[in-house]
Amino acid sequence: MGRRVSRALVVGRPGMLTTVQDRGRWGYQGLGVPVAGPMDWYSHDLANRLVGNDPDAAALEVTLIGPELIADGSGVLCAVTGAAFDVSVEGRPVPLNCPFEVASGSQVRIGARRAGARATLAARGGFDLPKTFGSRAMHLVSRMGPFDGRALRPGDRLPLIGTGTVTVNPENGHLGTINCDCHRSGLPLDLPDGGARVRIVPAAHRERFTTDAWDTLTSARFTITPQSNRMGYRLSGPPLTHRRGADILSEAMPIGALQVPASGQPILLMADRQTTGGYATLANVITADLPTAGQLAPGDWIEFAACTHAEAIAALRARRRALSGDRS
Amino acid sequence: MDARLVPAGDAAWLIELPERLDAAVNARAIDIAARVTRAKIPVVRDVVVGFRSVMVYVDPLGDGAASIDVRLRAMLDEPAAAAAAAGALVDVPVCYEPAFAPDLPDVAMFAGCDAEDVIARHLAVEYRVFVVGFVPGFAYMAPVDPRIAAPRRPSPRLTVPAGSVAIAAGQTGIYPAETPGGWNIIGRSPVKPFAPDRAEPFLFRAGDRVRFHRIPERAYRAATEWGDA
Repeated sequence: MGRRVSRALVVGRPGMLTTVQDRGRWGYQGLGVPVAGPMDWYSHDLANRLVGNDPDAAALEVTLIGPELIADGSGVLCAVTGAAFDVSVEGRPVPLNCPFEVASGSQVRIGARRAGARATLAARGGFDLPKTFGSRAMHLVSRMGPFDGRALRPGDRLPLIGTGTVTVNPENGHLGTINCDCHRSGLPLDLPDGGARVRIVPAAHRERFTTDAWDTLTSARFTITPQSNRMGYRLSGPPLTHRRGADILSEAMPIGALQVPASGQPILLMADRQTTGGYATLANVITADLPTAGQLAPGDWIEFAACTHAEAIAALRARRRALSGDRS
Repeated sequence: MDARLVPAGDAAWLIELPERLDAAVNARAIDIAARVTRAKIPVVRDVVVGFRSVMVYVDPLGDGAASIDVRLRAMLDEPAAAAAAAGALVDVPVCYEPAFAPDLPDVAMFAGCDAEDVIARHLAVEYRVFVVGFVPGFAYMAPVDPRIAAPRRPSPRLTVPAGSVAIAAGQTGIYPAETPGGWNIIGRSPVKPFAPDRAEPFLFRAGDRVRFHRIPERAYRAATEWGDA
């Protein structure tokens, strides 16, 4: 028996930093509008895929301490990917990387964290929140996006697109269970355990650095300092030395760029980076390994392994295949 | 003008022009960015002008991604537009009253002149918007009269009020939002460089020409878009 109702998730406890993200705000960087978007694009895609959404649908990014959310109006089909949190619905554990139904009035809780830093919670339909410059992604510093780009608070209502048709068991009034063959729906990201090695390609400004700087970057271990957030990770490690100064005439800075100010301590630019920067960049983390970087937290270590442009593209193809469950 | 195409990671290509703060170099960057944008290449996600560069963001697995460098190089070989299109002239009111200009005395000390002379020199120049970046709507403008071109402050302020007009390192700009900042604040404009709900949300684009004109505090209060009347 089906009925059509409007659906929403309502925020109970918001967690440490829970934001709405889609694939980001592209096309306006030339006017200073930052991209934002998920820190772990792979898990964002996977979560959307698990609930049947478009990969660009808005989902929640949960940071370190998870929120509690209450389904309103009807049952809501959800999936949690990325960091390994204990997720439960009304106290009953539900699996990660697999869709589950939250009945109307029920609470989904993203509890203790076992590994990784950020989880994605997608809900079927995607969140029906206003777009700013073509995107629903929140950018905290420029206060752009839904809820004026601020982290979610208790009571925030997140309506979902479409009126969901839910199946109710006529015998007991419970919602039907979802049959899931999760292996067919994509492989979860391998989560870092205390740190990770990510691949890099040389950046446009590589010649501004000493040869030693490159050797140091690709052999030393760096630590993610507490001064790290969605904009970027400030790393600490042996200094990376410039040959002719750290400052450049400001230019656009891609996600994954390793910017090195005069201190020699690199900054890994992440999802909320500013559109332009004024420090030379030594290397770029490849797109395929950005999700792994996005799962690191302050205190974790990070190492960098050089690869070629062709290897970077091949690694990205492998990631895309993994989204469809292909292990090759 | 020499142009070099280099990869910037696996999802962007950077076009580098000669490394100098120069209107002609910047005009060439804007010209190239306009060509790339006009070509409507499906794999291109964004095109961003720097002082002497253009960043072209691409979908690395999109159709045509593997040959985008060839296509961009061909565009660099096309002759530059005969005369760079003149940017719009934007006239911006600025109030230089002391309450809005905490660093005017420091800049005057750097310049070895009085505050009125700093203001006169700031007003005398027609600036060029080289880059819009940092935060939505922030325009990096130059050249600032070398006499008043004080360096960045030794330690940045945690909050600079929105609308602050500031100078540093030969450049001037208007803070579109309250942010941390290390530039010397010498005035306040009542006009928002970025107003998402305005018909034209962005006051400045790269290549625009900008003139400042001085207004008294009561004119500021009458015109302010910041809600601080």
